[in-house]
Amino acid sequence: MQDAERIAAQAVERHRREPSQLLQILIETQDGIGHLPAASLTRIADLLELPRARVEGVAGFYSFLHTEPVGRYRVLFSDNIIDRMLGSRGLMESLCRRLEVAPGEVSAGGEASVDTTSCTGMGDQGPAILVNGLAVTRLDEARIERIASLVRAGTPVAEWPAEYFRIDDNIRRRGALLGEDFVPGAALQAAMARGRQGWLEEMRISGLRGRGGAGFTTAVKWMACRDAPGADKVVVCNADEGEPGTFKDRVLLASQAERIFEGMTLAAWATGARQGLLYLRGEYRYLLKHLRAVLALRRAAGLLGARILGEGGFDFDIDIHLGAGAYVCGEETALLESLEGKRGTPRIRPPFPVTHGYLGRPTVVNNVETLAKTTLIALQGGAAFAATGTPQSTGTKLLSISGDCAYPGVYEYPFGVTIEHVLEDCGAHDPQVVQVGGASGVTIAGHEFHRRIAFEDVPTAGAFMVFDGRRDPFEMARNFVHFFAHESCGFCTPCRVGTALLKGYMDKLASGKGAKMDLADIEWLDRLLKNASHCGLGSSAPNPVIDTLIKFRPAYERRLVSLDFKPAFDLDAALETARRMTGRDDPAAHLDWREEV
Amino acid sequence: MGGTFLFDGRPVPFEEGQTILQAARAAGHYIPHLCWHPDFPPHGSCKLCIVKVGGRHVSSCALPARDGMEVESNTPEINGERRALLQMLFVEGNHFCPSCEKSGNCQLQALAYELDMSSARFAHFYPDRPVDASHPDVLLDFNRCIFCELCVRASRDVDHKGVFALTGRGIRKHLVVNAESGRLADTDFAVSDRAADICPVGVILHKRVGFAVPIGERKYDEASISIVAMEKGE
Repeated sequence: MQDAERIAAQAVERHRREPSQLLQILIETQDGIGHLPAASLTRIADLLELPRARVEGVAGFYSFLHTEPVGRYRVLFSDNIIDRMLGSRGLMESLCRRLEVAPGEVSAGGEASVDTTSCTGMGDQGPAILVNGLAVTRLDEARIERIASLVRAGTPVAEWPAEYFRIDDNIRRRGALLGEDFVPGAALQAAMARGRQGWLEEMRISGLRGRGGAGFTTAVKWMACRDAPGADKVVVCNADEGEPGTFKDRVLLASQAERIFEGMTLAAWATGARQGLLYLRGEYRYLLKHLRAVLALRRAAGLLGARILGEGGFDFDIDIHLGAGAYVCGEETALLESLEGKRGTPRIRPPFPVTHGYLGRPTVVNNVETLAKTTLIALQGGAAFAATGTPQSTGTKLLSISGDCAYPGVYEYPFGVTIEHVLEDCGAHDPQVVQVGGASGVTIAGHEFHRRIAFEDVPTAGAFMVFDGRRDPFEMARNFVHFFAHESCGFCTPCRVGTALLKGYMDKLASGKGAKMDLADIEWLDRLLKNASHCGLGSSAPNPVIDTLIKFRPAYERRLVSLDFKPAFDLDAALETARRMTGRDDPAAHLDWREEV
Repeated sequence: MGGTFLFDGRPVPFEEGQTILQAARAAGHYIPHLCWHPDFPPHGSCKLCIVKVGGRHVSSCALPARDGMEVESNTPEINGERRALLQMLFVEGNHFCPSCEKSGNCQLQALAYELDMSSARFAHFYPDRPVDASHPDVLLDFNRCIFCELCVRASRDVDHKGVFALTGRGIRKHLVVNAESGRLADTDFAVSDRAADICPVGVILHKRVGFAVPIGERKYDEASISIVAMEKGE
């Protein structure tokens, strides 16, 4: 235990006893110990002069933090529907059998724990797992067998075959962003030559809208931040790409980090910010080393730090913060809370981050792809950027394509491309359903494949999951409902309870106990989630259910027994305790269902 | 710069910075609430105070009033949704009013009467939440927690102690106290704290006074919560 306290104290000191670094401190403490024992939380609280309960509150919020012991090898199977279609459930059973451990538990000797986690962003090369936080892709039975023996032999993860940790970019179609070489600093030079106001004008002309899903006009956000009172402005890059089925930001972070950091610096030029933060989802932790190396290169080249490119008064630098498994932190105000070392609970808006953001300072929060795109605008001008796409959705969009298609990967298209065009390119035979925009997105049925990817028709943050005729839309929706119930932060009543109830109804239907009344309750819950939720997680959680109920209702109806009401539990089994207590087991002590029906 | 908005068709004046709920109350209109308290900034978690403004649902405790707004509150649609939110709160915890010593003084129970909630509708979760009787003066019965965070806020912002916090996430979220042992007795909590008298339901209970006032003669037994809340400024 003294060791645990020492490791915790070292982590606190590395972060200069700064309470806003609490999440980073907890992550590093766990790295050193394996989990977060009670004594380590007490020590961290003492040193940061925070109430211990607050530290415990943060530790309990994030999926990748453990206050109870876990295995020396922690294996987490990505549980998105796409991983499942690729056989993840069977592989997980196989690994559990080989390691003699039950899902969600720790093996007898404490060597391994195996569980599921939300989509890890490897849909193009699944099934995927995280082993002690690092991504392993392209699992099959042979690889599982080998992993089991590595675990049993106690081989450190660092000595596992490098091939297991290979992550391919799988870029299948290149447009303006992915197709052109980029010289670090060139975009910045071009924007600085225009002056701060001139650069913002180009941004305005470009019509660039946020690529994270909401589609807010980037120039408007930047101007609002610039005009907000307060000198200490902040630029935040949201690299918490947690939407099931999306992975395009992973590819950008791996292959276009220069453009992303340059985009952040361009935002700083426009707004006058001096501090930059990139919030990297915990699942992409393997990219941390690479990203830090790029930051070091940029500092050495005078593209970050004091007097950028020799310009007096243009000082800006970037830090990277790690997430720890919380989808809700993709919501910008929850992300800010998390950056401040708190539970990732979305804030009340207004006020908006542009005036009251990180630590109450004016803050721009932009998605990875949005920031990368700004380098194109700086180099080519706003008008050239706006020449592609549609009038309301300018430029290109990266799609993360996975599921039942021959060529999963990242595709860059001008906005306005039709879904059937995309399906043809990715080699989708017999597509039945396309889920655009991830679990919170839109379910597209065959008769709608003529629709277009654009903010004004089918908007998307980038996920594009293809399901062919063998798949069951109900099971897709059920998988997403489980996802939302797991990821709800629990702040507001409708989302906390509503997603858990919805999961119960979907499971009831799946187990063959559904009744007509359940469909009415499901539709009522959908409405409450939509209307009363505090943030976008809750209000979009029912989307897959609403859409599949409209477009694939038979997938629900064939699961109903022909009753108005059927309980979720077995009435006769519930009488078992009473039978045992009275020592009876005669026919009259049992319910006869055939007569009841 | 204040102004006037329409609340269920009736004009309500407001001052700059007032929320819809504050202005409505000042004008004598009750809006149901659980996590809101006049002495604390808006929290916005229970969602009982939802109203419709221009066709959109908003939390009236948090949204600043604006001139010319048209607010719908006491309508069958909104009250139906509020009732469902109450049903959610009832099924996620363990609320057994007939055996609860807070009965008659409990805002959750009182609102359920106010909004004609006659059944729980949804399946109960029956969570396993042990009680904490360690403290000499106060019992914590976590079974009834509705996560309004009033005790968290009162202890942090008024008592400056930080005795309470929430941990966990989603449906597994739960209240914890500021001690490695997890026991209230090992914190610096005192029965005279503001946090000791802030719980709208029956989590934080003073020992030895449970039935000093008999059930049937308590606050919400005498008058409905919509009347009590306005008369006593709660």
